[in-house]
Amino acid sequence: MRSGRESGKPADDDRSSRITLTVNGVDHDLTLDNRTTLLDALRERLTLIGSKKGCDHGQCGSCTVRLDGRRVKSCLILAVTLDGRTVVTVEGLAGPADLSPLQAAFVAHDAFQCGYCTPGQLCSARGMLDEVARDWPSAVTEDLTAPVELTDAEVRERMSGNLCRCAAYPHIVAAIRDVAAAR
Amino acid sequence: MRAFRYHRPADVTEAVALLDAEPEAAYLGGGTNLVDLMKLGVQRPDLLVDVTGLPLDTVEALPHGGLRIGATVRNSDLAADPMVRRDHPLLSRALLAGASGQLRNMATTAGNLLQRTRCVYFQDTGKACNKREPGTGCAARHGQNRDLAILGWSELCVATHPSDLAVALVALDAVVEVHDPGGAREIPLVDLHRTPGEHPERETSLPHGALITGVRIPPLPFARHCTYLKVRDRASFAFAVGSVAAALDLAEDTVRDVRLAYGAVAHRPWRAYRAEEALRGRPFTAELAAQAADAELAAARPLPHNGFKVPLIRNLTVRALTALAGAAPR
Repeated sequence: MRSGRESGKPADDDRSSRITLTVNGVDHDLTLDNRTTLLDALRERLTLIGSKKGCDHGQCGSCTVRLDGRRVKSCLILAVTLDGRTVVTVEGLAGPADLSPLQAAFVAHDAFQCGYCTPGQLCSARGMLDEVARDWPSAVTEDLTAPVELTDAEVRERMSGNLCRCAAYPHIVAAIRDVAAAR
Repeated sequence: MRAFRYHRPADVTEAVALLDAEPEAAYLGGGTNLVDLMKLGVQRPDLLVDVTGLPLDTVEALPHGGLRIGATVRNSDLAADPMVRRDHPLLSRALLAGASGQLRNMATTAGNLLQRTRCVYFQDTGKACNKREPGTGCAARHGQNRDLAILGWSELCVATHPSDLAVALVALDAVVEVHDPGGAREIPLVDLHRTPGEHPERETSLPHGALITGVRIPPLPFARHCTYLKVRDRASFAFAVGSVAAALDLAEDTVRDVRLAYGAVAHRPWRAYRAEEALRGRPFTAELAAQAADAELAAARPLPHNGFKVPLIRNLTVRALTALAGAAPR
């Protein structure tokens, strides 16, 4: 049985909330149904449609954004929980005329085909490189206490939360390693 | 998704009082499992009490090598904590074997322990499931049950607990700190999760409203000498088909002490007490490890599609322990 509340009618007052969210450097005051995910708030309310809804269940990674500097899956975060927080989407990585090093490397290495997963790949790679810079270990890191050496195996393991149906993986790995080497 | 109210409590007492007063309320941690289940209609809370703002997000050293982990410490922070990596590497290994970088940045320690089974019949509201709706039957019992339990199941439920972290913590004799309306108390983690029996809808021994505030690990002199082996259907970002957490203390060639736990084989993380008993005090050999696994797995009752899990867990046990014995400090 579906109740009236589930059929898309406006939410009752105690079932929506007002939040302030900083997205790509801009503050937004939003009143949202509590059910709204960060992904839906970005796409439907702020028309930032770079972040993609692939599976909507946290499995494909195409919705990846950075929340207070950490990569997360925006489809599994309720926007109501984010009052006062800071989000960076693919639109915030760089301007159209001024690609970030990661974006330039993706272009140079042909690291996509259809491009649907690319915004998530870019945001995830950006967060992942920060994790490497902090020497966070991964499942394939031999020595948990040693500095991380970013091999192909490390990149693949650390990017396993981002699927690419076109299977551009070898080029994605090459693009990320290029940027890591230049850091 | 059912519309719900949302509240951020000021402290643990308020959080517990809120849930105590509301039978349809739920705590929200990282949301990686709960939000997904709400989308699927499997969980339908009327009120979410967001505990991620509570001051429960620190990892602290305890005297003599013990450790206390706050309930809201994120999985990635716990796995990368320098103390954990150095002194309790089993936790890092188990955490890093699970989920993806993004999900580990979100998921919390207590949420990891309380995550629900990934049994596909539980997640599908169109299928019979005694755990989701008591009395409706178990579609998994005679369905596709390759991923499900071999130990401790009942005719009402054959689900497994999906956590890797819980397997490591159960091996390390972790204790869970709990707040409920009666106050603070502690329970051994091994007693937190239940076998399904007649009530698969009750997954833990916690009453509604009880809040896990932290997890404590007692000192274990050989905690650094450990391994976590996980078998899954792809190389990364998948739940276990079977896993083994092990820590071994050899004196000369004799097993002075050992900790062993299995994952993805039962409704709870499975501490292999019988296998440990079979190992203690005996000269270590691969044959002894196999016999110990057999002693534990004698109680296994495989389902039609998961008989392979018995030799899988046996082989993992032998591989884990022989690797540790070969690398034993002398």
